[in-house]
Amino acid sequence: MANVALRNVHKTYPGGVEAIKGIDFEVGDGQFCVLVGPSGCGKSTLLRMVAGLETITGGDIDIGGRIVNQIEPADRDIAMVFQNYALYPHMSVYNNMAYGLRNRGMPKPEIDTRVQEAARILEIGALLDRKPRQLSGGQRQRVAMGRAIVRQPKVFLFDEPLSNLDAKLRIAMRVEIRKLQRRLKTTSIYVTHDQLEAMTLADILVVMNGGRVEQIGNPLEIYQKPATTFVASFIGAPPMNLMPLRDAGGFKAAGGDGILGIRPEDILLLNEAPAGGLALNLTVEAIERVGAETYIYGVRSQQGDAPTVSAKPGELPPGEVIVRVPGAIAPAIGERIRATAPREKLHLFSADGRQRIDL
Amino acid sequence: MEKSAVFSSKLLPYLLLVPQLIITFVFFYWPASQALWQSFLREDAFGLSSEFIGMENYQALFAQPEYYKAMLTTLVFSTLVAGLSLTIALLFATQADKSLKAAPAYKTFMIWPYAVAPAVAGVLWIFMFHPSLGTLARPLRWMNFDWNPLLNGNHAMALVVMAAIWKQISYNFLFFLAGLQSIPKSVIEAGAIDGAGPMRRFWTIIFPLLSPTSFFLLVVNVVYVFFDTFGIIDAVTGGGPAGATTTMVYKVYADGRLGGDLGSSAAQSVVLMIIVIALTAVQFRYVERKVQY
Repeated sequence: MANVALRNVHKTYPGGVEAIKGIDFEVGDGQFCVLVGPSGCGKSTLLRMVAGLETITGGDIDIGGRIVNQIEPADRDIAMVFQNYALYPHMSVYNNMAYGLRNRGMPKPEIDTRVQEAARILEIGALLDRKPRQLSGGQRQRVAMGRAIVRQPKVFLFDEPLSNLDAKLRIAMRVEIRKLQRRLKTTSIYVTHDQLEAMTLADILVVMNGGRVEQIGNPLEIYQKPATTFVASFIGAPPMNLMPLRDAGGFKAAGGDGILGIRPEDILLLNEAPAGGLALNLTVEAIERVGAETYIYGVRSQQGDAPTVSAKPGELPPGEVIVRVPGAIAPAIGERIRATAPREKLHLFSADGRQRIDL
Repeated sequence: MEKSAVFSSKLLPYLLLVPQLIITFVFFYWPASQALWQSFLREDAFGLSSEFIGMENYQALFAQPEYYKAMLTTLVFSTLVAGLSLTIALLFATQADKSLKAAPAYKTFMIWPYAVAPAVAGVLWIFMFHPSLGTLARPLRWMNFDWNPLLNGNHAMALVVMAAIWKQISYNFLFFLAGLQSIPKSVIEAGAIDGAGPMRRFWTIIFPLLSPTSFFLLVVNVVYVFFDTFGIIDAVTGGGPAGATTTMVYKVYADGRLGGDLGSSAAQSVVLMIIVIALTAVQFRYVERKVQY
């Protein structure tokens, strides 16, 4: 049980590459913190710095009120679940879990109690004598979790633990990890590039980009009020539609320059725009019907050569707008539709996309 | 799970096997059977006639005290060379596996000795350790150490052992390094988080995961010390002084080629062959069980 605090943490590699450019955040006792961002944003490096597998070149990392910068991984009282599970291939499941306890000189009966308890919680009691190579992906994942929980550490660290599983198992394990964490009340830091995983698991979500934090907060708050265009387009699938303000049909705001964002589900197919809202004429280019809903990919019919905005991940091609409507609606390709959005559903950002402007 | 190829012609698969079979036959089975046959014959001094004498060559061989001495010499020599070259190579490989800037250069230097022919390697070591000419023998003298491999059997043994180890380290190093690099880094990191210090990590994680490599190298090294060290011994000591470095394979050469006793030489070849086959079988039977694949 402990809180984890990062204070102005930097990481510069010997070659001069700065992977982490000053990060501050705090994870309260028992909270589940998710670091999310595109690949190369430094999230895994940051987690490995908390684990002690990477040196800290600036700032402090504090676990349970103790600065751990110079402390060996073994003495930080953390446990880590790796992306490839990193099970010891030559040891049985039992020994995989017992190894860390034996290294700490725990008496045998207590090791046995803890391993059996973890096996019971994770339902791997029948697998204790097997070697990792005899297990399926999901079972290995459980053993990796078991190895972390037997230690009863202050902090769990997860490095993309579900990315090697197939889609169905990933969802099941995601739920299980969350339940387990709630039950054990162990402070956790979880790294993922999957925004859906991030949204569903996090108490605190840290969105990272290029070695910096873009936004920290409660996942829903981040979804509803993204601080930058990066966050706006990274969190949420399909991504938020972004367009230059001066190009936004019929919509006016103070200042005149900036970037306007609308989530695909906030767009309504109405002829009349609500007062003060936005109205766009679109030609349907493609539709995706996924059952419960339909994604309409439309192209702006007016202002064909208008400049467009690009926000890096999940970026839409210039002039394209995604609309998310109930599954029963399916316009034909080439059909002209009128997309509107009420003013309170619009997001406005500064022209460089780095700042949110309240409407 | 192996996929087997299906040939439409019955003849083709056999034809494809022929080159390999010819090579094995011509270079192994034929000489081996010749040696076996030869070991039952006695040839006259001019090589004009030979007569079948049954087991006499073997009886004579096992009546020779020199032969038991050669066996003991072989045992000492092979244990030292195989043991030390494996240990030292593993030590070097673990060092080279660390992420050092100089690692590529270090690896290249480590691999070079393998490109040196055994006889040349022997000559190099003579230059260094010849009692009166050797560049490294002279400092030993200054330190009042009476270094003389030409007269002292133990010194001679030490010299051939060093040369043979030096020659073999490169090979072992390469395999150990490849083995180490195939161990996922995260497994070792998991060990570090699990509270195992570097030594404990090595013995409980790295060493067991390296066991397939170690086993392979053990088999190869045993064969190496029994057969391939001939060139080094011949160049450095010629089996001397007073037979102190005459290993079994060197005695085969000395008795047959230098002594002209082809029958005894052949009998020794057969004995040596049986010993190596038996040793290899023992390794597969007992050591392989401990290997973690």
